[in-house]
Amino acid sequence: MEPQDLANGTVVSKVRAWDAHAIAETIVFRNELTLVIPRERLRAVAEFLRDDAELRFNLLSDITATDRFPIEPRFDLNYQLLSLSRKERLRLKVHLAGNDPVAASVVSVWPGANWHEREVWDLFGIRFEGHPDLTRILMPDDWEGHPLRKDYPVEGYR
Amino acid sequence: MTTIDTATGAAQTMVLNMGPQHPSTHGVLRVVLELDGETVVKARPVIGYLHTGIEKTAEAKTYSQVIPLTDRIDYLAPMSNNLCYCLAVEKLLGLEAPKRAQYIRVLMTELTRINSHLVWVGTHAIDLGAMSVFLYCFREREELQRIFEFVSGQRMMTSYFRVGGLALEPPPGYIERIEKFLNYFPSRVDEYEDLLTKNRIWWGRTKGIGILSAEDAISMGVTGPMLRASGVAYDIRKYFPYSSYEEFDFAVPTRTEGDVYARYLVRVAEMRESVKICRQAIKKIPAEGPIRAEAPGIIPPAREEMKTSIEGLIYHFKIFTEGFAPPPGEVYQAIESPRGELGFFVASDGSAHPHRVHVRAPSFVNLQSLPQLVEGRLIADVVACIGTTDIVLGEVDR
Repeated sequence: MEPQDLANGTVVSKVRAWDAHAIAETIVFRNELTLVIPRERLRAVAEFLRDDAELRFNLLSDITATDRFPIEPRFDLNYQLLSLSRKERLRLKVHLAGNDPVAASVVSVWPGANWHEREVWDLFGIRFEGHPDLTRILMPDDWEGHPLRKDYPVEGYR
Repeated sequence: MTTIDTATGAAQTMVLNMGPQHPSTHGVLRVVLELDGETVVKARPVIGYLHTGIEKTAEAKTYSQVIPLTDRIDYLAPMSNNLCYCLAVEKLLGLEAPKRAQYIRVLMTELTRINSHLVWVGTHAIDLGAMSVFLYCFREREELQRIFEFVSGQRMMTSYFRVGGLALEPPPGYIERIEKFLNYFPSRVDEYEDLLTKNRIWWGRTKGIGILSAEDAISMGVTGPMLRASGVAYDIRKYFPYSSYEEFDFAVPTRTEGDVYARYLVRVAEMRESVKICRQAIKKIPAEGPIRAEAPGIIPPAREEMKTSIEGLIYHFKIFTEGFAPPPGEVYQAIESPRGELGFFVASDGSAHPHRVHVRAPSFVNLQSLPQLVEGRLIADVVACIGTTDIVLGEVDR
C-alpha cells in the first residue's frame, strides 16, 4: 500500500469521523501507520479502536516507551495493536513531558496491558493512572531509578 | 517483597511459595499461590530473576553487535530471534535479503521450531511423570544441534543470520544431512504420539485442564500455539508473511478445546508442518547465489573483495569499527516464533547505535495468563499449566 493510502485509509478516516481531534498527527514510515494521540484522549481512542465493528483492534501486542532525553517532550509511549479480522497492525503513540510522565492505563480496555505497563513503569518510570497494581516487575522491588532512561548509565550507578 | 492479599481473608487459606528454584518452573519462575486445601484460590507469577538488561545493553552496541544478544533472549529458539531482529533492522534500512538467504532462513528457523517444540514436549512430559518421552526427544534434538553446529559453527548461540543475509555460506553436504533428518523425523514424532496421545494417564493430567477461551486469550494478548489451541488461527507466517513464507504451502493446526491437551496436539501437529516447510525450502534453495544483500557501507563485502579492492577494504574497516547508520525512524517487526508473536521494536535516531531495541517476548505475554489457567484448579495442575505455556525465562525477563 502507498504511504498516502495508509495515512488516509479506513482506520484514519473512521477515527477522524468519530472524533475530529483524536489524531494529532499521522506518521507513515516503512509501510507502518502510527497515530499520535493526545494524552487525555488515549483511553477513549483505545476503546473506540477495540469496539468499532469494522476496525476491531482487539489484540494489544505490546506497549513500550522511548526516551529522547534531553529533548522535550521526553517520552513516547508506543502501543502496538492488531486487528485479527482486518489483518492489520496499528501503532498508537503518546508524547509525555519529562516532568510529568503520566498516562491513562489501558488495562480496562485490554487486560493484557497489565504487565506491559508494569514493565514501562519499572524501566522508564512512567506512571499509569488507573492501573490495578503498578509495581516493579523485572527489577528488584527496592531498586532505585529506572534503568532504561537515557540519563541512567549503562553500567549502573557505582 | 511480593505478597499476596488473601482475597477471602478466611483463615483456612495458606500461602505457598513455588520457585524460583523448582524443577518444573522451567527456569527461575516464582509463583506465589494461595491455597484452600489443595485448591488454588489465587496465583501470582513473580518474574525478573533472570533480568539481564539486554534492551539497555543493545543501546550501547552497533546494530550488528546486537545479534549475539538476541540469541540469549530465547535460548531454545536462537535463530527465530536472530531472524526477527535482522528483519527489523532490514526494514529500518529498507533492504531485503536475497532469495537464497531467505529460503535458508526459512529452513533453519523451521528446524529451530522443531528443536524448541522437542524440548517442550520432553520437559512437559517429564513434569507430568513420563520420563521416557524426554529421552526420546533429546535424541532427535541432539542431531538438530549437530546440524546447527555444522551449518553455523555453534550448537545453541548460533548468530547465523546477519543484517542483509547470512553470516557464511552453508557447508557442502548440509542439504543431505538435513534431508536425512527430515526422512526419519516423522516416524519419531509417531513414537512420541504412541507414548502420549492415547495414554490414559496423559489424558487424565491434560484433558480439561487449564482452559483458556478464545476471548480471554485475545484480551490477554496470548499468541502462538496457545491461541491456536483456543480456536483462533492467528499465525504471522500467514497473516503478515515475511522471508518469503507466502510461497510456502502449509497448514495452521488449530483446536477448539483450549486445554492443555489441545495445546499438546497443536504443537505436535506444528512439528509435522515444519517438516513440510523444510522439504519445500530445500527444493527452493538455489545451489548458488548471493547470501547477502548488495549494500556497500552497510553489508560487509565478500572476503575476496575486501582483500583485493581498496573500496572493499575501506567499507570493511568502516563497518566493523563504526557500524552503519539507518535513517531515523521506528519499526515493529513480528515473526511467528515457536512460542508466539515475537516482535522487535527498533528505533533509530540516525546514529550507528540503536536508539531503542524492545523485544515483544511471547513468553512474557503468555505467562500473564497463568492465573486464569490455574485459579480454581488443584495444585498438581499448576505444574501442567506452567508447562503448557511453554515459557523460556530468558525471554520473559530479558
